[in-house]
Amino acid sequence: MSEPISALNHASFEGIAKVEECGLQGMITLRGDLSDKALAKAVKDATGQKMPGQREAFVEGESGVCWMSSDELLVLVPYAEVDAKLAAMTKTLSGTHSLAVNVSDARAVFRVSGTSAREVLGKIAPVELSAEAFQPGQIRRSRLAQIAGAFWMDDTETFRVVCFRSAADYAFNLLKVAAQPGSEVGIY
Amino acid sequence: MLILNCPYCGVDAEETELAAGGEAHLKRYGPGSSDDEFHDYLFMRENPKGVHFERWRHANGCGKWFHAARATDTLEVFGTYSAQTTEPPQEIREAITAKRPGWTWREFE
Amino acid sequence: MSTRLANQGRLIDRSKQVTFSFNGTSMQGYEGDTLASALLANDQMMMGRSFKYHRPRGVVASGAEEPNALVGLGQGNRFEPNQRATTTELFNGLTSISQNHWPNLEFDIGSINTHLSRFLPAGFYYKMFIHPKPFWKHVYEPFIRQSAGLGKAPDKDNRDADTYEHFYHFTDVLVIGGGVAGLQAAKVAAASGAKVMLIEQTAHWGGRAPVDGGTINDEPVDKFVEQLVSELEAMDNVTMRNRCMGAGVYDHGYVLGYERLTDHKPGTQGPRHRLWRIRAKQVVTATGAIERPLSFAGNDVPGVMLASAMRDYVVNWGVTPGDRVIVATNNDDAYRTAIILKQAGVEVLRIVDARTTAGPLADEARQLGIQVDPGKAIAKVKGGKRVKKVELCNQEGIGGAREEVECDAVAMSGGWSPVVHMWSHCGGKLIWDEAQAHFRPDPSRPPLGADGEGFVLAAGSSNGPLALGDVLTDADAAGKAAAKAAGFTAKRTKAPVGETTAEAPMAAVWLMPANAEIGLRMKSWLDFQNDVKVSDVQLAAREGYESVEHTKRYTTLGMATDQGKLSNINGLAILADALDSEIPKVGTTTFRPPYTPISLASIGGEARGEVFQPIRQTPMHNWHDKNGADWEPVGHWRRTYAYVRPGESVHDAVNREVKNTRENLGLLDASTLGKLIVKGPDAGKFLDMMYTNMMSTLKVGKCRYGLMCSENGFLIDDGVVARIDEDTWLCHTTTGGAERIHGHMEEWLQTEWWDWKVYVANVTEQYAQVAVVGPNARKVLEKLNAQAGGGMDVSKEALPFMEWRDGKIGAFDARAYRISFSGELSYEIAVPASQGQAFWDALMDAGKEFGVMPYGTECLHILRAEKGFIMIGDETDGTVIPQDLGLHWALSKKKEDYLGKRAHTRSHMADPDRWKLVGLETVDGSVLPDGAYAVGEGVNANGQRNMIGRVTSTYYSANLGKGIAMGLIKHGPDRMGEIVEFPGTDGKTYKAKIVDPIFYDKDGEKQNV
Repeated sequence: MSEPISALNHASFEGIAKVEECGLQGMITLRGDLSDKALAKAVKDATGQKMPGQREAFVEGESGVCWMSSDELLVLVPYAEVDAKLAAMTKTLSGTHSLAVNVSDARAVFRVSGTSAREVLGKIAPVELSAEAFQPGQIRRSRLAQIAGAFWMDDTETFRVVCFRSAADYAFNLLKVAAQPGSEVGIY
Repeated sequence: MLILNCPYCGVDAEETELAAGGEAHLKRYGPGSSDDEFHDYLFMRENPKGVHFERWRHANGCGKWFHAARATDTLEVFGTYSAQTTEPPQEIREAITAKRPGWTWREFE
Repeated sequence: MSTRLANQGRLIDRSKQVTFSFNGTSMQGYEGDTLASALLANDQMMMGRSFKYHRPRGVVASGAEEPNALVGLGQGNRFEPNQRATTTELFNGLTSISQNHWPNLEFDIGSINTHLSRFLPAGFYYKMFIHPKPFWKHVYEPFIRQSAGLGKAPDKDNRDADTYEHFYHFTDVLVIGGGVAGLQAAKVAAASGAKVMLIEQTAHWGGRAPVDGGTINDEPVDKFVEQLVSELEAMDNVTMRNRCMGAGVYDHGYVLGYERLTDHKPGTQGPRHRLWRIRAKQVVTATGAIERPLSFAGNDVPGVMLASAMRDYVVNWGVTPGDRVIVATNNDDAYRTAIILKQAGVEVLRIVDARTTAGPLADEARQLGIQVDPGKAIAKVKGGKRVKKVELCNQEGIGGAREEVECDAVAMSGGWSPVVHMWSHCGGKLIWDEAQAHFRPDPSRPPLGADGEGFVLAAGSSNGPLALGDVLTDADAAGKAAAKAAGFTAKRTKAPVGETTAEAPMAAVWLMPANAEIGLRMKSWLDFQNDVKVSDVQLAAREGYESVEHTKRYTTLGMATDQGKLSNINGLAILADALDSEIPKVGTTTFRPPYTPISLASIGGEARGEVFQPIRQTPMHNWHDKNGADWEPVGHWRRTYAYVRPGESVHDAVNREVKNTRENLGLLDASTLGKLIVKGPDAGKFLDMMYTNMMSTLKVGKCRYGLMCSENGFLIDDGVVARIDEDTWLCHTTTGGAERIHGHMEEWLQTEWWDWKVYVANVTEQYAQVAVVGPNARKVLEKLNAQAGGGMDVSKEALPFMEWRDGKIGAFDARAYRISFSGELSYEIAVPASQGQAFWDALMDAGKEFGVMPYGTECLHILRAEKGFIMIGDETDGTVIPQDLGLHWALSKKKEDYLGKRAHTRSHMADPDRWKLVGLETVDGSVLPDGAYAVGEGVNANGQRNMIGRVTSTYYSANLGKGIAMGLIKHGPDRMGEIVEFPGTDGKTYKAKIVDPIFYDKDGEKQNV
């Protein structure tokens, strides 16, 4: 195997917030009945996390699980472990109608951090991002200007943003424009 | 620009997150159906001024299809509900009746 | 002359002088000036020329409603035309130019139109430019284009240097307008705990109340404003933005706010404009009222101004538009202007009041020594580039027995119209207020929100009340009502008490004098910017225009950039009179957003330059870019059309790639092809519904080409399906089809067959996919395996045509599909996207000895066309069914049902006259024009040749040394060998022979080796 390379290879930018491409993140799309115990076990084994409720995201570092829809989860694991974790998950779920598939390379992940991080996202997503409305522990799938994307907060000043790999260049440039110096909105 | 509540992910989604999917509760006619049945299934729509039932998809969101009951004249939304039903649920019909007594739509009232 | 006064000027800082230029002349102003006030201070009365007659025009208003004082601002990549001088804040180095004149503002050739005005009445263009028809294109159009447009468009080579952005904001209550009403409404709404946003279009809070005088809670208005602003600023739940205009109110509480961040300090870091995309539970419009002009002859001469505007220039900026002023009015409020002018030391010659009785303000004016003339009117203002004298007459009558008075400025007031735009944008209805002679919001018919209840409340003078005390009471109630409607409990507080001098009733005056003779009416302007006069509207009525909307378009009344803020009510009153109808029956034209023009760039927001549109890139995108890629957009993807080498044309490159792929080895980046995983116990049954052919019987390890139709029977996509395991399939889609087909599958699963056990996932971008194509394809893979000391057996026996295997290719985890879209020996190999570039590099390196070359989409197209393979989007256009393309073999006869099956039995679908796919070869070997139509015998009802088909794909084939094409031709397959004619858009007629669409390797031997 050659050294795998993420879409933008850790590109970064500093404006009213810091924008960084996070590099490769192991990701598994898991579809199934979220109330099924086998699914809960598969998630727990892979990430140590419990089954998330509607729009919840339980993420610590490179591991975690996000609620994507009523029958879909995004399971995060370290990139190097994704094959092993997927194999274990598939085994746990044998006999349960479900779909677990590696999508690590299909995505790009960004970190947007700083006191104005909420405002940067607020310029490109039609989502209320005040501290009362959106907090760490939640995930939101929405639109980032013209592309689909999802984001959650690692802490009160840090977002992680996920989009399709092919749109990584657009997403990075978009975040750069939204974080351009002098563009603080002064709302959050 | 409309806002509809996605019953699957609970988000009050604005129209730019949504994709419209036309009229709700169509009954599919396949092979064996008459020309008239098939023609009506493909082309004939209620297109009312007033109470209407539609399909929407939370396309830039959780990706789920859902149903919306709303008024095409005032854009009032009476409620949104699951896509996995062939008719409007009772609570939606009651919500409409509360606002628009005497409404009808196809065989529903 | 207009000049700066020694005192007054609450908004300017006389210690800070500012230098700016107008038409190249350097001028001085003060910080706090608008461009309009600074120009007046420099005695620049004339600021532009009107659109139609090129008449000299000066500033008439002091704010957003200004129709005349439009200028070009800035230079080079910051030049912008049609900016209102009244809303442009002055800064050091501002450059401005006037518009719509040649050669210059003072002397203008186009002003001859004013002398021709009797020949340029309403509807002139409709009447003049209709006959004769041959003149349309070469005489009339150039003439109309020449005279169209107001300001000069920015130079196309000077790209806008600034950036713009959007911001999504959510609030309980949005208050539009930061005058005393807006401030008070915001305060009481915020006191309930609601989240409040307050926006104000100017740089200042308080609106015009501080100018108009009076007291609030026994204090000066300025003091009240200052206190309220600091209270609001201290509240955490309040967001305040000045220089932020409410541009439009839309469905479900959506409001656009247009914030001008750096217009007053260009070049500052950060975005120039920010478009706020606000969702509010409740909207309070506290947008004030606008004074109406009076319609008298010469009311457009520079120096004639709204009375309130004149007051603003004196009080706010310490500028008087004249030394000797006459005030004309139909209400008491204009007396305030006379009093303020007089107190500032300006001579006020007369107050001409169309009414016979006035209130206490008249006594105050008389006490100051101002002559008040009741029952009088202005018959005519004389002067060209500025006011010289005024002829006075009785208001009743036709304007005889005139008295001439020399003066240099006229203040006029025809009463006040509430700014009802925000109320009306989303459907709020109006009622006619007879006493005030204006339309105001009808509280019983507000715009309705998602819950079916009203979501907009009007407050203060935008709701009708004009007296300070009434304004504050109304705003206080509106703020509390908004808080309540947003789900909060308003505090029981008392409204502030505003006191001003009481006013006598105004009288509706739509024309001065009341029965002005035609000579006067032809010089009485309604719409200053578009040059619409009283006589034009009356003519429209005589010619049968009864609807106000039609009259608007016929006369262009209210169609200029100011959208009739000053002219609409006056115009429809004249129309109502001419129609012998009543104003409320005639009604208003539709109020449409934006309130004033907003920059196009702010609407675009961040979407410019490199983020104008998402460009989807494959993992090998940068390599292609460095290696001569000529890009082709395919949906949002960029694919390489051809890899152009130095010294080569694109056409040369395509021919080289075509030959090399057939003769040696070609590599195609096929990563953009959609890949959908479909899994579950019912997946086979589901795919049998999705595809026209049978997918449930496909064996694990094998591939099958499939067609997809819509329920209407039309082809929507195609691709190779691979069965991965017992309950898992991988479906390839076209490049543009991944998201669409994924959505299509989800739609049927979620909304029709929700009890079927199937899950779908889009894994398109998980893989980089490379088509390794050509006689040497196997050799290069074997070499990679040999280099790595093992790997997947890619021999014909181990990996036959239309099968797939997982394993290692060289050092890479790969899935190899033996499928071919070129007719050559071909492997499509998928590796993880993060290793796509490394895999590509390895193939290029190992392929050297086998003559490897990358190839692009045009080569791909030519190779498939040589083989007669169809392409979705070329051979199909949404009206084509598989039967048209000779694909009957892909329509399962065993299946009871699949999407499209029922539709294919409809009479039109089974019609033998449908155009069918054939190959086409020109008689002379040339290339047929793409999309050309084939013509047959006879003509249709329009006298055009009957069409019998069209070209769907056409190329030059370097392998065959001639043009090849595919097309859909009526009865085509039965007409092999016939010659068909295709008229081209170049005037030539192309002749082509109908042939078999497979041009190359008819038996398919080359791909199956």
